[in-house]
Amino acid sequence: MLTTFSILIDGLVYAAYLFIVAVGLTLIFGVMKILNVAHGSFYTFGAYGAATAIGIYFDRGLPAAGGFLLMAVSAMVLGLAIGLILERCVIRLVYGRDEVVMVLVTYAAFLILEDVVILVWGPGSYATYQPLLAAGNTEVGELILSNYDLGLIVVAALLAAASYWALKFTRYGRLLTAVIFDRETAAAFGINVTAVYTITFVIGAMLGALGGAIMAPKIAVTLGIGVEVIVLAFAVVAIGGMGSIEGALIGALIVGICRAAAVHLVPQLELFVIYGVMALVLMIRPYGLFVRAQPRRI
Amino acid sequence: MFNRGSSLGRALETFWLLVSLLGVAVIPARAQNAPSPATTVKLGIVSFLTGPAAAPFGIPGRNGAEVMIEAMNAGKVPAPFNKVGFGGSNVEAKYIDETGSAANVVTEFRNLVQRDQVDAVIGYVSSGNCLAVTPVAEELKAITVFYDCGTPRIFEEKPRAYVFRVSPQSTMDNVAAARYLLAKKPDVTSYSGINQNYAWGQDSWRDFTGTMQVLAPKVTVDKSLFPKLFAGEYGAEISTLLTSRSQVLHTSFYDGDLEAFLYQEQARALDKRMTILATTAEAAMWRLRDKMPDGTLIGARGPNGPLAPDTEFNRWFKRIYTDRYNIPPTYPAYQMAMSLLGLKLAYEKAKKGDAKPTSDEVAAAFKGIEFESPSGMVKLAIGDGHQGITETAYGTYRFNKEKNEPEIVDIMRFPAECVNPPAGVTADDWIKDGMKGAKC
Repeated sequence: MLTTFSILIDGLVYAAYLFIVAVGLTLIFGVMKILNVAHGSFYTFGAYGAATAIGIYFDRGLPAAGGFLLMAVSAMVLGLAIGLILERCVIRLVYGRDEVVMVLVTYAAFLILEDVVILVWGPGSYATYQPLLAAGNTEVGELILSNYDLGLIVVAALLAAASYWALKFTRYGRLLTAVIFDRETAAAFGINVTAVYTITFVIGAMLGALGGAIMAPKIAVTLGIGVEVIVLAFAVVAIGGMGSIEGALIGALIVGICRAAAVHLVPQLELFVIYGVMALVLMIRPYGLFVRAQPRRI
Repeated sequence: MFNRGSSLGRALETFWLLVSLLGVAVIPARAQNAPSPATTVKLGIVSFLTGPAAAPFGIPGRNGAEVMIEAMNAGKVPAPFNKVGFGGSNVEAKYIDETGSAANVVTEFRNLVQRDQVDAVIGYVSSGNCLAVTPVAEELKAITVFYDCGTPRIFEEKPRAYVFRVSPQSTMDNVAAARYLLAKKPDVTSYSGINQNYAWGQDSWRDFTGTMQVLAPKVTVDKSLFPKLFAGEYGAEISTLLTSRSQVLHTSFYDGDLEAFLYQEQARALDKRMTILATTAEAAMWRLRDKMPDGTLIGARGPNGPLAPDTEFNRWFKRIYTDRYNIPPTYPAYQMAMSLLGLKLAYEKAKKGDAKPTSDEVAAAFKGIEFESPSGMVKLAIGDGHQGITETAYGTYRFNKEKNEPEIVDIMRFPAECVNPPAGVTADDWIKDGMKGAKC
């Protein structure tokens, strides 16, 4: 019973972290048909930005609650700035090109941004544990849960609900859905597709940065964290289906629960299980769980 | 002179082209082996300068190299190392970042040896990179000294001619860890492990569990966890350990993984339930400070840092490093220092007159060398005289609130022959065979 409960909670925590990172990636792909490798850089910038903000804030002995808010705001601001610069100066120049070209361009952007991180923050790592430890913990039987992790689940759930509501019940969401479904027809109806692209890319960047900010207190913020997370995010998006937000949610849950189960029950399978699940899903549903095969225009 | 259009003409052109190409290939090779005037000794220093391993390992290692090379060039290293540079020749270092795939690392190694014509390479933190570079170093006949990687496999797989490692291998860390644990917690009944899933983590766990099986066969292994290298998120692992019955947790985690794990486990009070035995944690203690749990059993990959012997040589090294970088040296800096000292000694032993010794001469002089370092006595006693052994030490971590600095207490020292396999025996076989011949 305790093991089952542990697997569920650990799975939800891991899924929450993956969903927050993957939702931005899948949104960008769904609207713009760009597999954005630079999404890992948004995560990295978010983490570094949060580390800097937390360092300054907590050194002044201010209340912990403000630190959480500052963390999120600083990351979103960085994500907004970098997303806007990247979309306007780089991505916009290659709209409509072959998908492989888009991947290469975003990969080049990722490499450049990794070096920008070194220029700004140096090669060392940053510890930013204060929000994690300030949040305290909750005992459930033999298990001690971090309140920060429980909060992460709540944030991810709110984000999922907000994304669903925004897409289904707001004007912008309906415009986005139209562009996702058929860009040319949407343009023919007078939708400013370029503006939709820019807004979508920036929102995706902000979500990626938010993911980094949220994880910063749990990890050592250092170079390379973007690479690790982008591989996992791709796996989640592939399972759920590129461009599907509900797919990202379900994909994150599947990966989170399977990984937690492996760690608890068969630790030797932990490395393999995420990609094994991905391979299994793609064998049955090659476009992911929530995306059907699309006819290809010739 | 002849008609180039004719078949004879084309054959002669091809012949001369081949001869000139052979000459271009032969002359540098001969130059590498032929003695040349010893004006400057060029060293390639390879370490993690960016990435997750930079802050705890790569940069202290690089700093150790900088400060030691400066002292060598000024002739300020204590005797018998007080000759200027290497044998009177100034040492010039080229620093290379170890970050990247094994293929990148090997390419950079080739560049150092073939393009930059360095006289020797000292470097490498990652055991994977050491294993990748070894055959290339042998192929190029390039003197290579590994300074931080710990895998015992380098000299166990086959004999080496040009590759050396002055600093001890990881077997020593884990054999001593087991001995220290049983000395301090003789009533332990069960333990678990969390180690990174690659050569270093797997070897560390293998050596630790093997030693525990020999010294305390009734103590059982509960959980063996191997998360991915640089995974960063350990929630499920911590839950697994919280629900286990272990009293001790062995980990060879280092840098970002160790820090992330300690932050996450403290948020869930795992260290209140079990004692953590961290074989490499000395490298992180100055960064973690009061965030490393009191009572952590801590190693320093040998007698380094606070575990180093209190000798004049150690005090000198600590002083020049701290004066320069405002932080005491940690074990990667000590390992780099002993690697440089060993190479300097071998170079000076091999050098005859003014000419630079050849790689073969340096290798012959390096084999089996023995000397005093800031970490104490070092002997290249195993791996056919290519692998160093030293004594080692373990202690218990405590953050001294009055002095506001970390310290290690309850230190126990283990002689080199107590925790290292004898010559001619692999680490795994030695442990499985009950560590015969160990002199404790």
